[in-house]
Formats: sequence, C-alpha cells, structure tokens
Amino acid sequence: MRQITLSQAVNEALAEEMRRDETVFIIGEDVAEAGTPFKVLSGLVEEFGTERVIDTPIAEPGFMGMGVGAAMTGMRPVVDLMFGDFIFLVMDQLCNQAAKTHYMSGGKLNVPLVLRTNLGATRRSAAQHSQSLHALVAHIPGIKVALPSSAYEAKGLLKTAIRDDNPVVIFEDKLMYQDKAEVPEEEYYIPFGEANIKREGTDITLIGTSSMVQVCERAAELLAAEGISAEVIDPRTIVPLDEKTLIESAKKTSRVIVVDEGHQSFGTTSEIASRINEKAFYYLDAPALRMGAMDVPIPFSPALEDITVPTAEGVAENARKLVRGELIHAA
Amino acid sequence: MSSSSDNLSNESILQMYRQMVRIRTFEDNANQLYLSAKMPGLTHMYSGEEAVAVGICEALTSNDKITSTHRGHGHCVAKGADFKAMFCELLGKEEGYCRGKGGSMHIADQSNGNLGANAIVGGSLGIATGAALTSKLMGKNEVAVCFFGDGATAQGLMYEVMNMAALWNLPVIYACENNGYSEYTKTEEIAAGSITARAEAFGIESFQVDGQDVLAVNELTRELVARARAGEGPFFLELMTYRYHGHHVGDINREYYRAKDEESEWKTNRDPIIRLRGYLVENAIATEAEIDAINEEIFKDAADAVEYALNAKYPDVSEVDMHVFTDVKHALA
Repeated sequence: MRQITLSQAVNEALAEEMRRDETVFIIGEDVAEAGTPFKVLSGLVEEFGTERVIDTPIAEPGFMGMGVGAAMTGMRPVVDLMFGDFIFLVMDQLCNQAAKTHYMSGGKLNVPLVLRTNLGATRRSAAQHSQSLHALVAHIPGIKVALPSSAYEAKGLLKTAIRDDNPVVIFEDKLMYQDKAEVPEEEYYIPFGEANIKREGTDITLIGTSSMVQVCERAAELLAAEGISAEVIDPRTIVPLDEKTLIESAKKTSRVIVVDEGHQSFGTTSEIASRINEKAFYYLDAPALRMGAMDVPIPFSPALEDITVPTAEGVAENARKLVRGELIHAA
Repeated sequence: MSSSSDNLSNESILQMYRQMVRIRTFEDNANQLYLSAKMPGLTHMYSGEEAVAVGICEALTSNDKITSTHRGHGHCVAKGADFKAMFCELLGKEEGYCRGKGGSMHIADQSNGNLGANAIVGGSLGIATGAALTSKLMGKNEVAVCFFGDGATAQGLMYEVMNMAALWNLPVIYACENNGYSEYTKTEEIAAGSITARAEAFGIESFQVDGQDVLAVNELTRELVARARAGEGPFFLELMTYRYHGHHVGDINREYYRAKDEESEWKTNRDPIIRLRGYLVENAIATEAEIDAINEEIFKDAADAVEYALNAKYPDVSEVDMHVFTDVKHALA
C-alpha cells in the first residue's frame, strides 16, 4: 500500500470532503496561499478558491465565532487554529456557544463545525506553543474530541469529523506532520468511539493517545524482548470514548498504563484510569497507572523539555514494575 | 415621529404598533410571573426598547437571521414568536421553544430565523457575522442582524468580527441598543469616545437613530437591509433607547445608579408605544376605540398563554441528557 505523510493525509481528507460537499470550507490564519506554517493545506486554495479557503486576520475568537454562526446556518466550517495553545482564546465561542447550542435550543439548532488544531511538545517551541490541551475540551459536554495517531487515522477521523453534525475538535500532533503511514487510495472513514487494538498482548495494557501510541508501541517492543507481552490500544477519540474495549483489555491483562501528552493532573490519563479502576477493579492486579506530561509549563531548554513528556523507556520501566508487582502498593 | 413614512402602508404601521404592544404585554406578564414566584430564576425586561426590535424586525423576512441577548424577549416576539411557546420556555416546560432547556436567556426560534438569545454579553457577535458569511458564500441573499447592548461594545470580539465583516462586505447589521446602562453602570462610565466611531474606524457606515421612534428605526433599517442585500454591507446602528426596569427583574432598588426622575421622563414623554398611538390617531390610521380593541386582544392572548404555560407539563426527567449530541439519544447512558 502507498505511504503518505500525516500532512498529506489531512490535505486529502479536506480536498475530498470539499469536492463532495459545497458547504465545507476552511477558515483561519494563513490557510490560503501560505497553506499554514506547517504547509498542511498547500494547494487547496488553488483548487477551491479564496471563498472556500478563507484567510482571516489574527483574531481567533472572531473567526471561531463566525464558524459557529456559519455552522448554525447550514455550512460545515473547518476552523483552523494554528496552534493548540490558542484554544484558550476561543474558549467562549467553543465551550459556551458551539458546545451548548444544540442542547440549549432543545435540539433545534446544530453546530456541525470542525476545529482543527494541534498538540505536542519537544519542538523547542516553549510554553505557549507546545501544550496538549485536549482534556480541557473533553471536559465540556457537547464537543467530540479526536486524537489521530498516524496519517491513516488523521485522514479517516477528519473525514468523519466533517460529516458529524456536532462540534468536533481534532488535535494533530505537530511533530508528526512529516511521518508517513500506509493510507489506502480508496475512500474510508474511521467511526468515532471505536478504539483500535494496535497490538495484542496478555501481561499488560498500554493505552496511548496521539503520538503516545507510538511511544507505547516502542515500549511494547522493548518489553517483548524481555518476555513481557503488552497490548497497545489507541482510543482514537476520547469523546466518545470506547470504554468497552479498554475495560475488556484491562480485565484480560489485569495491568494498565494510560499514556497521554496532556498534563497528568485532572487530565485524560486520570479520566481513563479512573474508569478502568471503577469498572475493572476486581480484575486488576494493580491500580491503573497514569503517565501524562509533567505538571509544569513546557520549558524551552531541550535538556528540560525532553523530560516533561512520557518516553518509551519510561513506559517500559513502569510496565516492568507493574508486572513484577512493585507498583501495586505504590503511593 | 419620523415624517417620511409615506411609503408604509397603514397595515404595516398597525403591525408595528401591535408588535410593540405584544412585547410590552409579554414583559408585564413575565414580570408578574417573577414577582409572584411562579417563574424559576430571573429575567431581563425589554420594556421601553420595543421600537428597536420591532422597527428592525419588521424590515426583515422570516429567512433573515437575528441573534439576540439576555434581554431578548423583545427580539423573539418581534421576529414572529408565539406567546405560548415563549411562556412555556420561561417556565421550563416541555412545550417551550427549547423544551425548557434554554429558559429566558437562551430562547431560540429557528423557524423565524432567531438564532437564539445569548447570555454572554457580546457572545453572539461572531454568530451573526458567521450567519452573514453563510449568506454570502451560498448566495442566499439573507441579512443577519446582531442585537447587542452598549455594554457589549467593551468586548474585543466586536472589533474582530466588524473588521472581517467590513473586509468581506458581509450582509450584517450591527444593532447596538444603547439604553444608557451597562448592567448597573452608566454607559458614559464604561465607553470612551463615540460608539458609532468604533464602527467607522473599520469603514463601516454608521448611524445614530432615535430608538423610541419605531417608524424612524424601520425606515432606516429597510434602506440598509436593501443595501446589505445588494452587497453594500455591513452597517452599524446605535439606537438610543431606554430600559424601564432594572438590569433584571430583581434589580428594584436602583436609585444608587439611576434617578427616578430620569425613568419618569423616558416613560412619560418618550415612550415608543404612546408615541405611535398618537401618530395612528392623528393620521386617522386607527381610532382610539380600535386601538383599545387591539390592546385587549393582545392582553387576552397573553393571559391565555400564561394560563396555558402554568398548566403545561415539565419535560420528562429522561430528557436531561438528550440533545447533548445530535446523534446520541442519551449521552450518559
């Protein structure tokens, strides 16, 4: 099968959906001729014109709010937020407006809007361009949250997001734009709320999101060499969350580590670990363990930044301890 | 009153009178529901500002969109809403416009183009501008009107969307209802300089208009709506008006920020309904007796709707997690 980059996969998804549906359009900063700083959108303005690939001033709340209004009146906007960190700027429009409109109107109004943005540290971009803020969004009822872990997921999840009648925020890992994966030529969609078992195993379950799926897969390789069989699961969307698959795996292996690049406290790892601890408690040999980003602003210095996010070695080390029973009663 | 309403039919003028009385009557009943502890929560009265909503909405079609505010009953009625569904919504009943999930501050009436009231001050400026973007992108020839108060001019969102609306000639009319008070604070204490100059800085044609003169508001709006449909938008209106009640129904002892004499002056000498009534009689459009009959019919309509809503049923508790998502019947199941 052909291999394309995550960036090309996103570009293809947008082009296919825009060809199919004239109500789909892109709006954001430097999305047209510039094709975004990551060049993800290159070529789209040439095909679809400036009325459907709309460059805006640097005014995130403004164009996000306009996206909400356009979505309420029949369009399917794909709002481009250049960095995930800027989500704080659009919080009112996303969480007070988009997320609540369907509910507040008793089901009469829909907001079929996609907010495309990114996450991920270790790009030496410091504290305001490196955050992974998906847990903030997932906390608000009414918003779906997708976390693609490769080019294949990036394309399939984005196409599903564009067809969804609800607000969807899709976070791409900005360090993965040039990573290649097998992506079929023929059209496909990845349904929301269906986790993907990337690797089967029997001794421990490693649940990873976004680029942490790769971290978990590398950890599983390290563990396999030592005779430890790790199962790796990618939830693909955290809202909706395929709790069933995660819990079944936890019951099977009896040990779980949840790995995510958001801050560990009050985060995605906390939520998933809690659900497993609540719903698979009697099957577990140890409490499900959280491994998120350190609870510090992301530092600039490579010497500091690299230790703030989970690594394959770190995951493997915790997995060994769990399998040996050393973390069973850890504080 | 505006003298150049010659091209308006008598029926159009009577319709504006009727709609203003409907708003005032709705609010009087809503206030009574609050005072008699029959309404959950609290609400913000539109009384005194009727000429703004009616003058503007009577210049729109039902396909044109509006966005409304926490003080939104007037916009909702003016855009064609039904008393029964509105009172049901205020009382949290199943037959309300939003099945009781929105309440006073979030009434939306999609069938008449009302995209909803918004409880975040200035929160709908983006939504209205986005609706105008839809109209332009899809060639719908619809106009969007964003109602907001003088208080919302302090929000940054307004400047971001006016900039884009002007850059892209969007068919949106920003209708700033300047009622002199930003919640409990005089507007002059929160707004430096001129309000219309804010829009003019973006090259947006701006107008200040007497918001107590429904014919003047309507005449100007009809002209601007036609121009917006022709691609000449956006426009900005500052409508000088007055709210008769406090910030909300519970804001009763308000002399610390607003003098009773001032309230009395607006209510007695500038009331939009009294003014239009005088105009109707003076120009032999309707007799006093005919006007009284119109009023009585509206009073009865409102009383019946209140009675209906008080006896209507609440939504079933199983609805609490419905409508979180469009495609999930019960989000928490």
